[in-house]
Amino acid sequence: MHLYDLWFILIALLWVGYFFLEGFDFGVGVLTQTMARNSTERRVLINTIAPVWDGNEVWVIAAAGATFAAFPDWYATLFSGFYIPLLIIVLCLIGRGVSFEYRAKRDSMRWQLGWEQVTFWTSVIIPFLWGLIFANMVQGIAIDRQKSYVGSPGDLFNGYAILGGFATVVLFTCHGAIFTALKTDGEMRERARKAVPVLGLASLLLVLAFLLWTQANSGNGQSLGVMIVAFAALPVALFFNQLGREGWAFVFSALTVVASFAMLFLTLFPDVMPSTLNPAWSLTVSSASSASYTLTVMTIVAAIFAPLIILYQSWTYWVFSKRIAVHHIPSGH
Amino acid sequence: MELAIAQETIARWQFGVTTVYHFLFVPLSIGLGGIVAGLETAWVRTGKEKYFHATKFWGKLLLINLALGVVTGIFQEFQFGMNWSSYSRFVGDVFGAPLAMEALVAFFFESVFIGLWIFGWNRLPKKIHLATIWIVTIGSLLSAYFILAANSFMQHPVGYRIDPANGKARLTDIWRVLFQDTTLVQVFHTLTAAFITGAAFVMGISAYHLWRAKRGKDTNRKRIAAMRSSLKLALVVCTVAGILTALSGDRLAKVMFEQQPMKMAAAEALWDTQAPAPFSIFSVGDVNKGRNDVALEVPGALSFLAKSDFHSAVPGINNRADEQVKLFGGTRADYIPNIFMTYWGFRLMIFFGMTSFTIGLVGLYLTRKKFWVRPRFRTGEDEPPNLMITDKIRMNDFFTKWSWRIIALTLGFPLLANSFGWIFTEMGRQPWVVFHLMKTANAVSPNVGVGTQVGSLVALSVVYAILAVVEGGLMVKYSKPGPDVDERPPTKDPTLRMSPDDQDKPLSIAY
Repeated sequence: MHLYDLWFILIALLWVGYFFLEGFDFGVGVLTQTMARNSTERRVLINTIAPVWDGNEVWVIAAAGATFAAFPDWYATLFSGFYIPLLIIVLCLIGRGVSFEYRAKRDSMRWQLGWEQVTFWTSVIIPFLWGLIFANMVQGIAIDRQKSYVGSPGDLFNGYAILGGFATVVLFTCHGAIFTALKTDGEMRERARKAVPVLGLASLLLVLAFLLWTQANSGNGQSLGVMIVAFAALPVALFFNQLGREGWAFVFSALTVVASFAMLFLTLFPDVMPSTLNPAWSLTVSSASSASYTLTVMTIVAAIFAPLIILYQSWTYWVFSKRIAVHHIPSGH
Repeated sequence: MELAIAQETIARWQFGVTTVYHFLFVPLSIGLGGIVAGLETAWVRTGKEKYFHATKFWGKLLLINLALGVVTGIFQEFQFGMNWSSYSRFVGDVFGAPLAMEALVAFFFESVFIGLWIFGWNRLPKKIHLATIWIVTIGSLLSAYFILAANSFMQHPVGYRIDPANGKARLTDIWRVLFQDTTLVQVFHTLTAAFITGAAFVMGISAYHLWRAKRGKDTNRKRIAAMRSSLKLALVVCTVAGILTALSGDRLAKVMFEQQPMKMAAAEALWDTQAPAPFSIFSVGDVNKGRNDVALEVPGALSFLAKSDFHSAVPGINNRADEQVKLFGGTRADYIPNIFMTYWGFRLMIFFGMTSFTIGLVGLYLTRKKFWVRPRFRTGEDEPPNLMITDKIRMNDFFTKWSWRIIALTLGFPLLANSFGWIFTEMGRQPWVVFHLMKTANAVSPNVGVGTQVGSLVALSVVYAILAVVEGGLMVKYSKPGPDVDERPPTKDPTLRMSPDDQDKPLSIAY
């Protein structure tokens, strides 16, 4: 195995880790407007993710940075090619981060409702656009001989990619509902549990449609196997949810998220950005990667720090493992 | 051709706007973070409530600021690929490494531990909670270090070779990239300046509160004690950081005279080689003729700045431009950076930075206590400090009034110094994006339309402007009332697992 193969796997892991972690906090963001009934309940939801969302978000920064270092051409083609969706994602990430931090900073109702709207919409738009970008990346885009995207921004909004966007939003919302059931107590926990079957069936349909389409387009034996894992895990998650075993339900919904995105990377390999204009112009792991010295340096850094990151981030979850309910929310704000 | 010029211009504007904006928050977060960590350490060590109240107060302001610093950093990472994809392809092998290390080594620390610090007050044992803010601060220092290492590569490329097969830069020595003199001096200069920034901010707001107390508008003894300690710490930090910034600035200038002589010649509007070379204090130049019309100068001082003596020759802009024409072709004008911006950027950086440093130094002298002041002039912990001219003479009311006002009014000066410093250092490097390796014009994304670029520049500017107003408003709202002195510090070490009685209590910290 070449180092660039290893780095393809590591970057896939960073993205998958990002979607597993921030996936549920996007989902919680969506639930603030769809499940919570009043301001206190919205605060309960926000506080289930408040101490951890920032740490979750770093995964995307690490994924982008690692792509830059290990596959400069992949990074350059991806970020210049998906300019408009990425710009919107950045603006939304900025708004979303600020919305958590600034919501409670004034006692005005209008101020708080405004930031809550920002939390909600950014939690819908960002996963939609990531789904759209990944779908386009897997399907292939118009890349020319110079490795640049030469299609129009409008081309990115095709049926397959839009389906990918919706599937991502709904799957994350389901993942977030299961997380909410795991992290809250009392009536909110019940309500979240009751919302899970509906969201679960909707995700099953959308994700099934999207992944089958992917498999038909560019699948292989391995991707088929992982796809089956993704589908098998979701009903198990719903089953545990019905039993009130939220911890296990969360493990299995996480497995669906992880397997779904892992499948996309499996169908991609050994390409990283297929060209629809000419297969010879596609970016592959070997043609897009850095030289082996850089990859060696980065491998050493990753080998030291990745386990450490996982260790201290897990510790954070353990520190804040307590369930939160309406009566835990202090008055005011 | 015209399209390429427009693309480069807009991409540069976007980089300039987003970077200067991002860098308003970063140094303040670093400096203020260090001060908050220091205050919490004082609290944990002494158990004095005033340190706890000060920690919480500055901590709140830190978080308001940090929120924007973190989120605006995301675009910094993305825009290399979005607007500068040719650049990214050319140097990704070298430049990407420190950037990725920043995320893996530094940014993860900061982001994970800031959550623990904010929400961990009643969940973590005191000392572990204290450790989290130190980790956040160290994380932000490391973060700055890796970014500056990447930037230093653009200023002075080392540790690479050009791959003959595809013409791309290839990393050959990561240690040189991380530890070259440009990186080390730049890191030192930027970080010490960040501490001036944090200190001036704390000095300004503390001075406002103490001046109110002096006039009898605030009589809360606990609040005065907290602000007094904050002011004192900030004055010390400002003075020490100011001295270090000046020393490292001198060192950085000498490194720049060697590595980017054109930048320094431009900073001085020195058109032709002179020996001894004078330091320019004020000048009005004529770029077309390549000379200054008006110039006010200190003879020999530039020779000293560049070479540590008063007679050495320092080559001028015209001479340097001729050299580059010989090496890379084109005309003289291609290699002359924007003289107005570099000349004034350099001066304003020094002016604003040195003003804050001077205020810190003078303030430290005027509020001195213990060492020089006789016991009868010493004030209590809960009184606003007297401003003393000597150990016997207090300042009169008029000067006292203006002293406090000046500290409060200059709290943002280092922010201006930082911005001008970056504008100078980045514009002085033009037309090169990677010095002598790649021109900025060749670095832009070839496939991004001008319409898209304009749209994104407008969208970002609007969002950034709105957030600046929001943040400014919140800063004022939260600094005006001063520390919440009714807040009780956690009395005993909380354990990680709550007792059953605590399960149903409201959270101490919630959004």
